[in-house]
Amino acid sequence: MSAVLALDDVAIRFGGVQAVGGVTRSVEAGDFVGLIGPNGAGKTTLIRIIAGLLRPDRGRIMLGGVDVINEPTATRIRRGLALTHQITRPFREMTVLDNVVLGVGFGYTSSPLRALLHTDRRRESDRAMEILASVGLAGTERKLAGALPLGQLKRLELARALAVDPKLVLLDEPLAGLNHAEASRQVETISEVHRRGITVVLVEHNLEEVMRICRRLIVLNNGVVIGDGEPREVMADPVVHDAYVGGGMVSHADA
Amino acid sequence: MSAYTISIVSIIGINVILAVSLNMISGFCGQISLGHGAFFGAGAYAAALTMVKIANVPLALLAALVAGGLFGIIVGFASLRVRSDFLAVTTIGVNFLFVGFVRKQSWLGGEMGISGIPPTGLGASGNMILILALACATVAFSLYVSRSWMGFAFRAVGEDEQAATTLGIAAGAYKLAAFGIGTALAGLAGGLYTFFTQFITVDAFDFIFSVMLMAMVVIGGIGSTWGVVAAAIGLTLLPEAIRFVNDYRLLVFGGMLVLVIRLAPGGLAGLVRGSFVHARQS
Repeated sequence: MSAVLALDDVAIRFGGVQAVGGVTRSVEAGDFVGLIGPNGAGKTTLIRIIAGLLRPDRGRIMLGGVDVINEPTATRIRRGLALTHQITRPFREMTVLDNVVLGVGFGYTSSPLRALLHTDRRRESDRAMEILASVGLAGTERKLAGALPLGQLKRLELARALAVDPKLVLLDEPLAGLNHAEASRQVETISEVHRRGITVVLVEHNLEEVMRICRRLIVLNNGVVIGDGEPREVMADPVVHDAYVGGGMVSHADA
Repeated sequence: MSAYTISIVSIIGINVILAVSLNMISGFCGQISLGHGAFFGAGAYAAALTMVKIANVPLALLAALVAGGLFGIIVGFASLRVRSDFLAVTTIGVNFLFVGFVRKQSWLGGEMGISGIPPTGLGASGNMILILALACATVAFSLYVSRSWMGFAFRAVGEDEQAATTLGIAAGAYKLAAFGIGTALAGLAGGLYTFFTQFITVDAFDFIFSVMLMAMVVIGGIGSTWGVVAAAIGLTLLPEAIRFVNDYRLLVFGGMLVLVIRLAPGGLAGLVRGSFVHARQS
């Protein structure tokens, strides 16, 4: 197996706070990794660095063996990376369908000139409809994205991530704010995504679900990795346990 | 056709090109530019210099297009660096700089402008037809862009740049493209204006004129090509038809701008769309 993602000594500091302090990890193709940790541990920051939305102070990021540290987000996306935002960011004034079609057509939008020379969207629309059905949004395609309730917006985020035909998806709290039924449904979809051969990195506070579906757990605390391995073994580690109890983080099952 | 009608129609054609091209930058791609007059001016001066030197109409138009577009791409680089509200302020600055710079350049005629520009040889009606043809082409191009994947990506970048980049859209390249295309067309309009007047001074390209163009875009309905065309025609004719509007042009346009933003943010296009929906429902 080869590493789809490799981080080498990635660090970033915001003012006086070391948000991420030298993370070196790799993720193999087909992995299903849960990235967890107390609030402020640096999980979202790390996701944003991997996606190129933040530039680290030091370190290297390899996607499929290529150093992408100097590449902008759009280029990394075209290399097979996709992400969902913790706070959903749909194009509110576009229809649900267009939100996804835009992602499916990333081959056309790679350069303005290419985009100018193409108008046909039928093939992309068909593919987008399939993706919407796969995340449980069939029937909403004509609605404006801004009119969707949170539960559906979370699914739309996932649909847009799948639209760019990724090898690796970074999911930033895809279950946050969902009720129990919605969360189960979303977990089912994410598992299905993984079964299709897409590598998944999941940031999530819902430990119950994380423990159930992830094959590997990476625990961050204060920007450094304090645990990595098989989920039950990691959670049994006293260091991880202390960080959780000390950080006041409890699983949804306990809450 | 009377000389008066020909001149009004020519000005309408030029204003349509300007408003539609500004709409590509601000309406399609969400980059608020309040300095469109400067690019219009760059094109007008490039065409004037070309006509004075070699009196070649196609070359003068090409020079106008290139001058507007190059200037626009340089300013467009600023749009990569600043947030959209700062971009509005930056482009205002660019407009003032342009006017201030030209005023001091003797090779551009300074305060006196450039006069004695050779005629195109097409006559007033010929010029008008050229202007109308290029205005139609600009409108057709704008409608095409809006339908293409480029227009699609523009809308995404305009609404949420970061979300667009996470769908693989190189937001920066699109912002530059919008600026390049929009300002090149403004330059082209400048060239046509030079042919039309055969005499240019920098006052025609000032900030007030840029605001008037933005008023056309907003009143027409930001992002809607047809709405903007309608507003460009209407707002060009209004001061001609009503004396009061001509005397208090700024006050009237400013007031309309505020009313539209307050009461009908979708502009004319939004009102028309709204009444269609209403008609269908009733």
